[in-house]
Amino acid sequence: MGSKQLQYQVASMRDTLFKQGYLDEQFVQLEELQDDDNPNFVEDIVKSFFQDSVRSFNNIEKAMESHPFDFEKLDKYMHQFKGSSSSIGAAKIKEESTMFREYCRQGSAEGCLRTFQQLKKEHAILRKKLETYFQLARQAGPTETACRSK
Amino acid sequence: MENGLVPSRSDMFPAGLRVLVVDDDPTWLKILEKMLKKCSYEVTTCCLATDALDMLRKRKEGFDIVISDVNMPDMDGFKLLEHVGLEMNLPVIMMSVDGEINRVMKGVLHGACDYLLKPIRMKELQNIWQHVVRKKIHEVKDLETHEGSESIQKMRNGLDAFDDSHLLAGGDLASARRRKDLEYHGLDDQDFSDSSAAKKARVVWSIDLHQKFVSAVNHIGLDKVGPKKILDLMNVPWLTRENVASHLQKYRLYLSRLQKQNEPSFGATTQPDFSSMDPSSSFNIQSSTVMHQNNSASCSFGYFGKNMLVQDVSPEVQEVSSKVPFLPVTKSRKALTVDVPYMQKMDNGSRIELANSSGSGKKIKYTLFEPSQPTTPQQHSWGGASPMIQFTKQPKEEQSPPRYPSCQKQHIQADPIKPASSVNFGTSTSEADKVGPSEMKPWRTVYGNSHVRTVSPTSHTVKAQTNAVSAEIFDCMSTSIISPSTKCHSFDQFLNSNLGTQQLNFVSGPILVSPHEDVQLCSLQDHAYVENVGLNNLEFSDYLGPELITDIPSHLNDGLRFNSDYLFDSIEYSTIAEGLFIT
Repeated sequence: MGSKQLQYQVASMRDTLFKQGYLDEQFVQLEELQDDDNPNFVEDIVKSFFQDSVRSFNNIEKAMESHPFDFEKLDKYMHQFKGSSSSIGAAKIKEESTMFREYCRQGSAEGCLRTFQQLKKEHAILRKKLETYFQLARQAGPTETACRSK
Repeated sequence: MENGLVPSRSDMFPAGLRVLVVDDDPTWLKILEKMLKKCSYEVTTCCLATDALDMLRKRKEGFDIVISDVNMPDMDGFKLLEHVGLEMNLPVIMMSVDGEINRVMKGVLHGACDYLLKPIRMKELQNIWQHVVRKKIHEVKDLETHEGSESIQKMRNGLDAFDDSHLLAGGDLASARRRKDLEYHGLDDQDFSDSSAAKKARVVWSIDLHQKFVSAVNHIGLDKVGPKKILDLMNVPWLTRENVASHLQKYRLYLSRLQKQNEPSFGATTQPDFSSMDPSSSFNIQSSTVMHQNNSASCSFGYFGKNMLVQDVSPEVQEVSSKVPFLPVTKSRKALTVDVPYMQKMDNGSRIELANSSGSGKKIKYTLFEPSQPTTPQQHSWGGASPMIQFTKQPKEEQSPPRYPSCQKQHIQADPIKPASSVNFGTSTSEADKVGPSEMKPWRTVYGNSHVRTVSPTSHTVKAQTNAVSAEIFDCMSTSIISPSTKCHSFDQFLNSNLGTQQLNFVSGPILVSPHEDVQLCSLQDHAYVENVGLNNLEFSDYLGPELITDIPSHLNDGLRFNSDYLFDSIEYSTIAEGLFIT
């Protein structure tokens, strides 16, 4: 059936996200938190993350406009963002933010700029992937079990 | 018991635990809320630290525990932690995405009861109720100590720790029940005292105000700080000396609580139960110090007959002081010889006092040690002579007969001591009229230097022993030596544990005692010897040139000839015993 096929597609897509290192087990945690009280919990959380990251990016970009860089400030912002990215298990983004902070420590403006671009790229990719994923999942119907299968 | 310790709104504890979550990250806030709800906790979320603080202030009894992120834009999580610790004394769990040791350390030092790393798992949150219970237990302990009934907690420790003492105490169940009652009672009392304190204070210590206060304290230095000085420095016109004094008192309690919480991490205690707040828990420290400072007399304790010990003490001290002439301090000679009779006098005096009140022969024996070497008994009780525990502890803990229904006599005997000792401490500004160890105080203060020289040799040589003996002990000792701040804290802490009710007066009173005096004061009581050793050792290294150091051992040996054999023997003995206990 079509819906079964869809479900399969959703499951394999989810699988790929893990395999390619976009997501980590925190995402599974979120899935486990999802219940009848909050049937869209994972999606809500993911949305919240992407909404909130706009604020973080603005802060960071603003901070990078002033020269020389206030690395302490940048580090603080990125620390915050790293915490955020850990909330949905956005592994690649988290990696980039760790690297960014490392550059802050080294005082490498160039490194920071480069990593931030990379981070934003990863951020956009994940956003797109997850958007598609949730869209598909919704189409496939309320089959958390299909998504849950590990 | 469980229900007595938790704010029991429901019998379903920990379900219904009221948790306040503070995080500027909305995503995490949602996740944590969900997780905590799944744990059946009552969750309140807050994305601003300042809001959280307001909320906590408005609903003082409205939360059981706070979970706070470290990094928040409006207020550092550590600052929030400090305020919560200071004002509401709630357990606070910090969380952060990375576990840099210095950050975690900062959290712990600021009083965080836990430090969770993001991503936080539900498993970790399921367990947070334990902090609430733990805090309550500590509060009861605090209270007991503050109200001078440290005995309760000591005995409780005794009870918990030693099955033997259970047996000795007899009426196990009865005493346990009473203990429970006392805890209930303690909780009630505490609430009461809290509210009354709030009524009196009437000053809201805002973040800014507190910050001013803290910077004033830091500026003056914690050991020299006094309400008046702080008030002057803070320069807030409407604030009164009393406001500051009360806040200072709170602040000191807060610091000592921190100290207490941190203490176990030094590896000094073997069980969390014996957190350093408990007078008894400093046993490691004590035992090391006894060896350092108190010379062979105390060490020989385990080996010698009870009466002999008491006699030993004075000769030993005499010997130490008579060594002075060998040292290049001629001036102090007189002073020190004068001092010896003091010591003897003190022995006699307190012995009589104790003997008067003690009930049976056996008990007399034990209590006899108390005045002569306050530290010793405890050390030995920890060292393995478990039957003594009760007795040895008894003399120092005056109140709460209910705990040991079977030992009524001891309580009777203990009670008369209490007034004597507490008065001493309470009025410690005038030192002359003191009995017992306090007699030593003028001596030490006045002839500080010479004293240091006489004592430090001992500690110097014996140190090697301890070193071999147990790294833990040594660690512990050195921690107290190292930083002045530790000293101050431990001073507080000792006060807390030793002085009981008096402590409050004292703390709020002229704390302006110089560090030296602090130390002296501490030395009045048993475990505070650590402080002494610390300082002595420090000064020792400062004052004495290398040639002196090489000289000293020989004097020492001369001096110790008399009882050097059993000195070492007994050191071994006690450590072995202790080792047994620790493992």
